[in-house]
Amino acid sequence: MGILSWLYVVPLAGMLVVMCLPKDNKKLIRWTATLISVIPMLQSFWLTWDYFFNYSGSAAMAYVEGPFNWIPSLHIQYFLGVDGISVPLLFLTGLLSTLSLLASFGIENRVKEYFAFFLLLEAGMMGVFVALDFFLFYVFWEVMLVPMYFLIGVWGGPRKEYAAIKFFLYTLFGSIFMLVSILILYFTSNPHTLNMMTLIQSGSTLPYTLQMICFVFFFIAFAIKVPVWPFHTWLPDAHVEAPTAVSVILAGVLLKMGTYGMLRISWPMFPQPLRDLSFWIALLGVIAIIYGALVSMAQKDLKKLVAYSSVSHMGFCMLALAAYSSTQAISGCMFQMVSHGLLTGALFLLVGVLYDRAHTREIAAFGGLGSKLPIYSSIMVFFTMGSLGLPGMSGFISEFMIFIGSFSVLNKVMVGIAVLGVVLGAAYLLRMVQRVFLGEFNLAKWGGLTEINARELVTVVPLMLLTLWIGIYPKPLNDLMNATLTNLVNLMAR
Amino acid sequence: MADYLFLIPLLPLIGFLINGLLIGRLPKPVISLVGCLSVGGALLLALLAFFELKGLPVEARVMQQVLFAWIPSGSFHVDIAFLLDPLSAVMILVVTGVGFLIHVYSVGYMHHDEGYGRYFAYLNLFTFSMLMLVLANNFLLMFVGWEGVGLCSYLLIGFWFEKKSASDAGKKAFIVNRIGDFGFLLGMFIIFWQVGSLDFATVMEKAPTAFSFGGGLITAACLLLFVGAIGKSAQIPLFVWLPDAMEGPTPVSALIHAATMVTAGVYMVVRSNVLYMMAPDALLVVAIIGAATALFAATIGLVQNDIKRVLAYSTVSQLGYMFLACGVAAFSAGIFHLMTHAFFKALLFLGAGSVIHAMSGEQDIRKMGGLRKYIRITYLTFLLATLAIAGIPGMSGFFSKDEILWQAFSSGHGSPIFWAIGLVTALLTTFYMFRLVYLTFHGTERMDTETKHHLHESPRSMTVPLMILGVLSVVGGWVGLPAVFGATNYFEHWLDPVTAKGSELVSESVHASGGGNAGLEMTLMFVTVLLVIGAWMLARYMYVRHTETATRVREKAGGLYTVLLNKYYIDEIYGFLIVRPFVGLSTFFWKIIDVLVIDGFVNGLARLGALSSDLLRFVQTGRVRSYATLFAAGVVLVIGFLILR
Repeated sequence: MGILSWLYVVPLAGMLVVMCLPKDNKKLIRWTATLISVIPMLQSFWLTWDYFFNYSGSAAMAYVEGPFNWIPSLHIQYFLGVDGISVPLLFLTGLLSTLSLLASFGIENRVKEYFAFFLLLEAGMMGVFVALDFFLFYVFWEVMLVPMYFLIGVWGGPRKEYAAIKFFLYTLFGSIFMLVSILILYFTSNPHTLNMMTLIQSGSTLPYTLQMICFVFFFIAFAIKVPVWPFHTWLPDAHVEAPTAVSVILAGVLLKMGTYGMLRISWPMFPQPLRDLSFWIALLGVIAIIYGALVSMAQKDLKKLVAYSSVSHMGFCMLALAAYSSTQAISGCMFQMVSHGLLTGALFLLVGVLYDRAHTREIAAFGGLGSKLPIYSSIMVFFTMGSLGLPGMSGFISEFMIFIGSFSVLNKVMVGIAVLGVVLGAAYLLRMVQRVFLGEFNLAKWGGLTEINARELVTVVPLMLLTLWIGIYPKPLNDLMNATLTNLVNLMAR
Repeated sequence: MADYLFLIPLLPLIGFLINGLLIGRLPKPVISLVGCLSVGGALLLALLAFFELKGLPVEARVMQQVLFAWIPSGSFHVDIAFLLDPLSAVMILVVTGVGFLIHVYSVGYMHHDEGYGRYFAYLNLFTFSMLMLVLANNFLLMFVGWEGVGLCSYLLIGFWFEKKSASDAGKKAFIVNRIGDFGFLLGMFIIFWQVGSLDFATVMEKAPTAFSFGGGLITAACLLLFVGAIGKSAQIPLFVWLPDAMEGPTPVSALIHAATMVTAGVYMVVRSNVLYMMAPDALLVVAIIGAATALFAATIGLVQNDIKRVLAYSTVSQLGYMFLACGVAAFSAGIFHLMTHAFFKALLFLGAGSVIHAMSGEQDIRKMGGLRKYIRITYLTFLLATLAIAGIPGMSGFFSKDEILWQAFSSGHGSPIFWAIGLVTALLTTFYMFRLVYLTFHGTERMDTETKHHLHESPRSMTVPLMILGVLSVVGGWVGLPAVFGATNYFEHWLDPVTAKGSELVSESVHASGGGNAGLEMTLMFVTVLLVIGAWMLARYMYVRHTETATRVREKAGGLYTVLLNKYYIDEIYGFLIVRPFVGLSTFFWKIIDVLVIDGFVNGLARLGALSSDLLRFVQTGRVRSYATLFAAGVVLVIGFLILR
């Protein structure tokens, strides 16, 4: 078994181990789960390192396992492999999973189930990013839904049932479209296959109408995940109700599956529909950027604000994806995926830190925290600045690359409007900073708040360092993806 | 030979890291030492670099240092690299020189503040960013510094963040600047799209072929870049943040909101002078905006009562002057005024700080008066700076202002109208500055006895920087003596290598200074000086001799006075026309589109589903697991059916 299999097998085995632990020993469960997740994290780090030095020069899949015939009668294969677009996301998944588990130590209710579900979730995410066979991909895609549903529905806030069902049905709705597309591809290929790599080559030979149907269906499935406006309304509810760690995973990894799916599957597979629809995709991106930012501005709940900001930030990815013929834009899209994972992941962690102490997330309830919690406030302001795209941090690199790439190939006015997102981003984030951290401190109400503790610092400091690293020296990440992306752009712009 | 350039910004960055990361752990003397020495070191290196550059033959005065490839992505490539040429050499000297003095001054001024360490950390971070801005060798790295100084400005305006007005002002500054950045970014995109590079040297070299002269694209690019400059340098219509920025500590106002950061827009325009020379329409817009702002802000400055606000509007007005210079293609005159302004305006702000310090925090000049007896050094230096800004012959401001006025009149891009506006502005400036001096330092003592009891001259760490800046405010202009005096304008020639390429593009705009028009130039200068002295005397008459006239004029002016006092109600108009609609829109999108329309549809769909499933209730166990099983079974069935078909 190769390293890619281990990436999802270890958390899966970890889930079984956790399920066998005594239910009352919460400490044991927490540490076991966290330590188990360190293994795939280190594996993903090693993978990134090794890929960078040994494989990043070519666009070919690396660490390939298979294709082995798995269920021959249905032509289902066991086929794994990674390239420059999956490696950074595996890195992010490994890192954020462990950090989220660390941030879950406050969970007191049904601890065993929580951590078991979390490891299952990690297995599903790892699986999605390594699968190269549609059957496997689909299985992993759906496997994630179940733990996610329960993590929100059981450990969530007051409206958890509504949020969980909404999340589940939305995604399932999209999955059905994806399934239909997969089936179309399966039955039109000759010989029948579910091998994604083969289908990428043959997909474009289908009749145009069929291509268009498949493209749109895939788009719906992935767009719901991203989420693209107007499929986004599950996101704020899910985020607000979900426990902190689940929000981190949701924003940090799950949303990226939508954009990953587009880059991995539907974009290179159907270049003609892509070309014909690119204007509309860009339009959806621009709407998401502006709309998400404006709606963020109206939010009264801190977490909801961050959730809507995700809609805006993922809109940048959509804009970039519409500019599929520009290497800069597509690189920018990948940078944005990683950067958003780091920044928004950190913001959710930090909102959680405050919520654990104050038991409210209402923006208006706070004020002047800067004088009482200087370290916490500085870190929060740091990530806010990252989120609004300040140079020196990852968000600037990604946004800039997206803009400069899409400007040369897309409608200039549209990109111009998208750049307005930069102004709106500053407006809603600074408004939040002012109302939570600046102004007079309410000693009577919040005198008991304590400063961020060591465990919580451990969860955010790595994200700070990575954000800065990508912002100051993005070349390694760029080099890691470059060969793959160049090849991809050629495929998409066929 | 240029391998130490990176140290110039690096030193303040190190200072920031030490003071920032060890916040609350270092004793005050160490903080001051780290803060001042890091900038002092940068100043020494800047001097070294300057003299090395000066030692080179004129045409070879460019030093570059490439640190590393920053964003290499396909055809897009940007380095972290520094460029030292005559223009950036002037800028780093101003930034580190004035910056160093203000750091030293801050040691005294901020001594009792709780956030001492935080203050110096921010100030060092600012110096770092500003140096990045002026040393960058490409537009993008310049933008990094541009955003960096914006952040520091935000942090320092809101330094006393418990105060709502301070945090409001910081937020406003950041957001208004972002509007400018929007233009800057789009300008960069057009440049990259057409030229394929953001590197200054490459862009300036290729622009004449990549763009058509006076074409729509180059004009758009220049105007968009200028939007960035308007934001950063507080010009109409984006000047509204600067007066509010006075909420920050006074040395910050001196450093960031007078001497350095706000001049970044001017620097950027001069840096891109080749592009602007190719877009005469854009140049005209620059001149119009500059002239309009100069006049407009000066009129507001006439009636303000807060000592720092008067200076703030004066800064806006003087920045307008610099843009007027750029707009008539007198780029070196713009930079010359930038430099002399840095000296005398920093001095004015620091002097105001010393006054506020002496007055136990009072900023209202109606509650001052007669201070010259108590704070002698402050008074004398403040007076020197006032003479300089008023343009009294011999003072630094005289030379730079005269240069701008003459160019506005005579340059190929100029016009007598620009000259007239410049002249009126100069008279207004003289008037409001002497009004300020007389109300603050002369006349009756209007403060309460408590304050009067505490009046004292500031400590040495504050007065020494005042005196040094006082000297600079006098002699700072002597490097640019007008050619009409038969002297050599060293300053203009120093910048020749930077502006030469642009002026080659347009032969008719070659400077008309000196030569045949010497008589005219002398006459205009003489008229200006005479009128300026007249304005001075008028202020003296109204605020020293016959103080009742001021009241009478105020009553006569009535409505106009109120409009000026309320700054033409610009803030209110923006609030009504821009802020409110956006806030309304955001609530509309959320409450109506998101919650009612989209979610209404989604929930309706779900309800419809629930309704129809009432019929199928027997399979509805309510458990998602069984749904998933059923779902999987369904999938298998469908696949099976399709295969067996």
